[in-house]
Amino acid sequence: MLIKIVEEVDLQEAYHYLQDPAAGGIDLFVGTVRNNAQGKHVVKLVFEAYAPMALKEMQKLAAAAQQQWPIEKLVMLHAVGEKLVGEPVVIIGVASAHREAAFTASRFLIDELKKTVPIWKKEFYEDNSVWVNAHP
Amino acid sequence: MEILLFGITREIVGSATLKVHPEQPIQTVGALKAWLAKQYPAIGKLSSLAVAVDSEYAEDTQALAPGQEVALIPPVSGG
Repeated sequence: MLIKIVEEVDLQEAYHYLQDPAAGGIDLFVGTVRNNAQGKHVVKLVFEAYAPMALKEMQKLAAAAQQQWPIEKLVMLHAVGEKLVGEPVVIIGVASAHREAAFTASRFLIDELKKTVPIWKKEFYEDNSVWVNAHP
Repeated sequence: MEILLFGITREIVGSATLKVHPEQPIQTVGALKAWLAKQYPAIGKLSSLAVAVDSEYAEDTQALAPGQEVALIPPVSGG
């Protein structure tokens, strides 16, 4: 598996890594910066990670996915630093013999990443900024 | 004890690390959380606060010992 925290996520790198003769399907999810949140115009996001722990947590999720589904190859890439609207932030990829496992495992990986991996984003609007999820 | 800070906790404290010198030694993760919420009321107002010990999520009952890497984990928001 290919698991990294990087300045820029690279779709070509992910796809290249996922290619496998035993795979009949490669599923790729790309999370990008959206231009609005809670009705406000988003200018940019800034991501911060506790990298050693984030990598460990991502590896745990990858191992859990590999236990549940027949996975040939798996990719989890997350960016840190400043990201502008439209830029890719996270790439999840799964190569499997059949598409169902690839779709299901990809969804599991991105959903769980958002719950447990120590990465934080700050949303910058035109007039202020907030750490997402910090307050009820 | 020195604690690593990220995201909103780093901004609340105003530094990426916090040196903790309480009058009474802090012996557990739960005691550390309680001490922090008292020293920094804004930390007590977060939706949740986890503590990582040696880069693993720790229960409130876990004992703290010298030499461990301790970090505050405010609500995560990756992806």
